[in-house]
Amino acid sequence: MLAIARQRILGQSFQKIRPAVSVLRSYSSAAKQITVREALNSALDEEMSADPKVFLMGEEVGEYQGAYKITKGLLEKYGPERVLDTPITEAGFTGIGVGAAYYGLKPVVEFMTFNFSMQAIDHIINSAAKSNYMSAGQISVPIVFRGPNGAAAGVGAQHSQCYASWYASCPGLKVLSPYNSEDARGLLKAAIRDPDPVVFLENELLYGESFPVSDEVLDSSFCIPIGKAKIEREGKDVTITAFSKMVGYALKAAEILEKDGIHAEVINLRSIRPLDRSTINASVRKTNRLVTVEEGFPQHGVGAEICASVVEESFAYLDAPVERIAGADVPMPYAANLERMAVPQIEDIVRAARRACYRSVPLAAAA
Amino acid sequence: MALSYLRSSSSRSANLLRPLSSAASLRRPISTDTTPITIETSVPFTSHQCEAPSRSVETNPSELLTFFRDMALMRRMEIAADSLYKAKLIRGFCHLYDGQEAVAVGMEAAITKKDCIITAYRDHCTFVGRGGTLLEVFAELMGRQAGCSKGKGGSMHFYKKDSNFYGGHGIVGAQVPLGCGLAFAQKYSKDESVTFALYGDGAANQGQLFEALNISALWDLPAILVCENNHYGMGTAEWRAAKSPAYYKRGDYVPGLKVDGMDALAVKQACKFAKEHALKNGPIILEMDTYRYHGHSMSDPGSTYRTRDEISGVRQERDPIERVRKLILSHDLATEKELKDIEKEVRKEVDDAIAQAKESPMPEPSELFSNVYAKGLGAESFGADRKELRATLA
Repeated sequence: MLAIARQRILGQSFQKIRPAVSVLRSYSSAAKQITVREALNSALDEEMSADPKVFLMGEEVGEYQGAYKITKGLLEKYGPERVLDTPITEAGFTGIGVGAAYYGLKPVVEFMTFNFSMQAIDHIINSAAKSNYMSAGQISVPIVFRGPNGAAAGVGAQHSQCYASWYASCPGLKVLSPYNSEDARGLLKAAIRDPDPVVFLENELLYGESFPVSDEVLDSSFCIPIGKAKIEREGKDVTITAFSKMVGYALKAAEILEKDGIHAEVINLRSIRPLDRSTINASVRKTNRLVTVEEGFPQHGVGAEICASVVEESFAYLDAPVERIAGADVPMPYAANLERMAVPQIEDIVRAARRACYRSVPLAAAA
Repeated sequence: MALSYLRSSSSRSANLLRPLSSAASLRRPISTDTTPITIETSVPFTSHQCEAPSRSVETNPSELLTFFRDMALMRRMEIAADSLYKAKLIRGFCHLYDGQEAVAVGMEAAITKKDCIITAYRDHCTFVGRGGTLLEVFAELMGRQAGCSKGKGGSMHFYKKDSNFYGGHGIVGAQVPLGCGLAFAQKYSKDESVTFALYGDGAANQGQLFEALNISALWDLPAILVCENNHYGMGTAEWRAAKSPAYYKRGDYVPGLKVDGMDALAVKQACKFAKEHALKNGPIILEMDTYRYHGHSMSDPGSTYRTRDEISGVRQERDPIERVRKLILSHDLATEKELKDIEKEVRKEVDDAIAQAKESPMPEPSELFSNVYAKGLGAESFGADRKELRATLA
């Protein structure tokens, strides 16, 4: 049963829309807050409980309780046959996970970070993504690859890359990236239930953040449809698209822009592939201006695809060139000041939105 | 597959047998004769970290005849594919298995369709062994709708999930961790079955193989790694690629067995042994000493890195079909004419299947967009010119 709880975030308050059928006890009006970590953990727990074919595999997911504690308590609850600690051999264990999915099991493979998924990328692309097509539907691959993606803090070039655009370019994969706890729960449950290979890109820095969740989100049947973006904040002057951590930045940028009379519409992509082109285009047709935001490298990135889509579908509606905010086009540096320059900041989003609205200050001279 | 044909031909063979007397009991028709015969393998098994099985293999006339027929069918099929490739009806890559038939056939004799097989791109005969039809083979090779992958896979991507054949893989070595994953799933599901993951001497050096073997040994997975050592990884001889070409020993802590891969009975014995071992003790490696007559693929003449004498020498001394023919004749299980008749039948079957495959149409254009996902969720997909061609994925 798919249901979406729409939330309008205006300052501190929010509205809840309850579904027509509610099997829950009614709670007090104070909303519950859960961290993204708790959201992911509960989603894994519930899906493992509901379907005995679901099992977890990865480095430190069992006895260590998860490198980032996402799988805490699950070994104790489900036992070592369903929560498997692997050696540090991504190519090997990812291939084993895909083979298990061929047979009909539902593995959830954790990469300690997606940087390490590069060691297993042949299995993700060639063994998983393409099999249903090459076999004309005989071999489907109901696997989830999950883990932290993108920059953390001070971890340097080899541990900070965002893989959204690499994986999202591949037909046969579904690529999801949650922002808040509701996203984390609903998208992970949807991913585990989905019969196709799903790349699930989390964010380490969001794990500890709390977000309010409705009773509906907490229900074990809660699921978010794959392929649909969410309008986190409605506006009429400029569309800002973002995913994962950048959604939070975009929302803060929207608050700042509000003070200048620029009402930004913030779209939380949720699904990088399939990309919700219709929601994005509908929004741009309304606002006529677009800023895309992502953490990853700019060239051939998610924003480039969004820009192309809007130019193809909604060219006549654009009143300004599309603006792209992305990670800097350099390997991630370690020094704190350089790292800050290498990742989008709220002021970058604000500045780009102002440019799109022709309200900017003169551009800085090239360095 | 072959058995149904045997039954229909049994009456013919019965008439041709002339038990001319001599006190001896009337000879039963060979095709259904399951009187046990014990035959010694050509060479003993060499073992690593385990005790080798006996050289004496139990078989029977029916089985030997099945071996002969099935291998003759596979041989004929691969040679026909060679001609089709040269006629440009098969495109891209085409890796032929002729010479290696005993591995496919001996393995099937030791296992059931509940056991899984996964291999690399030299998969036509393995597919047929699992029950795939000639029509599915030729139609797939020619990219037609009647192909086992509906024309969308090609030579390297044959699958037959209903008999637990999982392909058909183009990336060297990838099939080994996948196979260990199948074994994991069999154990998880308590199916009491095993997986045979086949790979070549070229793939034997892949790191992911050792990663998967390590995990399989740690988790006691019923995985049998079968190295089809045809001594050449594409154009590179084994001694130039592997510091230690004793592939059956490369598992270190994992036991291994070296097998004459040109002897279908030895293959059968080894696979039977390996299945029992894997169900009880976890992974085991089988090295099949085999040979391919063709080059690596149809683009490779196969004679720039091997001498023609070597190739013809193997054909003369070790050909798997000839070995079984000699066994059948020396044990008086059939006459030369009967065997030649089988070869003629098989040739006709192959020709008929090719004719039928040629009639099969190419896939509909809409098939470009089918099966991208198992559940398309209404997502969009695009052709080269997205304003001209787009589709909604079901």
